[in-house]
Amino acid sequence: MKAKELIRVESLNKSFGDLKVLNNITESIYDGEVVSIIGPSGSGKSTFLRCLNLLERPTSGKVYFEGVDLSDKKINLDKHRQKIGMVFQLFNVFPHLKVIDNITLTPILEKKIQREEAEKKADELLERVGLIDKRDVYPTKLSGGQKQRLAIIRALAMDPKVMLFDEPTSALDPEMVKEVLEVIRGLALSGMTIVIVTHEMGFAKEVSDRVIFMADGMIQEKDTPDEIFNNPKNRRTIEFLSKVL
Amino acid sequence: MIDTVIMLWGKYYYVYIDGLLGTLWLAALTVFAATLLGTVIAIMKLSKIKILDLFTSVYIGVLRGTPILLQLYFFWLVLPKAVPINLSDTACIIIALIVNASSYVAEVIRAGIQAVDKGQVEAARSLGLSSVNTMKKIILPQAVKNILPALGNEYISMIKQTSLASVFFVQELMTSYKTVQSATFLAIPSLIIAGVIYLIVTTVLTKGLSVFERRLQANES
Repeated sequence: MKAKELIRVESLNKSFGDLKVLNNITESIYDGEVVSIIGPSGSGKSTFLRCLNLLERPTSGKVYFEGVDLSDKKINLDKHRQKIGMVFQLFNVFPHLKVIDNITLTPILEKKIQREEAEKKADELLERVGLIDKRDVYPTKLSGGQKQRLAIIRALAMDPKVMLFDEPTSALDPEMVKEVLEVIRGLALSGMTIVIVTHEMGFAKEVSDRVIFMADGMIQEKDTPDEIFNNPKNRRTIEFLSKVL
Repeated sequence: MIDTVIMLWGKYYYVYIDGLLGTLWLAALTVFAATLLGTVIAIMKLSKIKILDLFTSVYIGVLRGTPILLQLYFFWLVLPKAVPINLSDTACIIIALIVNASSYVAEVIRAGIQAVDKGQVEAARSLGLSSVNTMKKIILPQAVKNILPALGNEYISMIKQTSLASVFFVQELMTSYKTVQSATFLAIPSLIIAGVIYLIVTTVLTKGLSVFERRLQANES
């Protein structure tokens, strides 16, 4: 009954100088599942996420995506990254490009899609997240929540197999958190594979198939959201949840 | 004194205008060529290749660590001996100015590129944009907005720096002063005229540059 394994991480270690951030992590992400990663700041959860598309190069260990070793110098990493969407805490929309061009730039350049077709698809995505009236403005004219929705559909325009979210609502004003979570929820319901690092415990509990709790660069506990939130077993998980819930 | 200045201007204005044109041309040529050379130096410096990095560090270090007048003398003395073709004094001085300016321009370009938010690169690469396209479509267009105003400043300061070329009688504004001064022996009035011209030109250009800078930023944050 197990779904196809999309990402496999094997004995992943990451150090920045003397600082050991990830300590021997082995984990898999399966097709169609929504995985939330929670934990205290400094626990290595963002670094772990950034290793999944090799934005951070592992110090040792392997990251496989669809069975391909991403750290293999012989592969074209860009081609594989096209199938792994990523959304950042600080949006990172391209300020010098109009909203529409933010979305179509990479499909046109790297997937050689015709502009007309790329724009048609971008318009559909803009429609879906309620930004179609912002199509031809520059991102400076957008609120934080709108920028993040743009960042999400910019990634979706590449037709990724999985979406990685790195604290997508942490930099938002409270009233904008909901509109972004709404988009991610819709994505989860549509069957997209999602790995999300988040501090939104309610959201993690509601949308996740699995929750991973990290602390000190290690996965301390992983289980269904129900078990993690209502019946945590690891001492660190209990401590953490007692502080945030 | 003012009468003398006006009289002198009436009689020798064409010498000053010629000198001013020489100065503007010299500065423009220098900044243009230094931008090309400086871009190459900046790219070498940003590349992670050790030997290139070492070379550019020495290049920039020497050019910024020695007086420009010394460099002008050096090129003026050494270049004619080093190259087989016949180089005029003016050509030697122009080359020296270009090489000197390239070290400053290289730093301007390097800083402009490095000032682009790292998140921009991460976003581009995570989408699967190649490193070449990321440089061309994401980093450089944003870096240019940091670089252009600084290059404008470089041009303005070059207008003043080229006055050093008068030591070698290259045609420019300070040389015009020397010409008028030696023809009339009116040292102070002839110097005042040159000074006023420099002041007008740099003031106008500085104002123009700040308008341009505001326009650049109006498009986006």
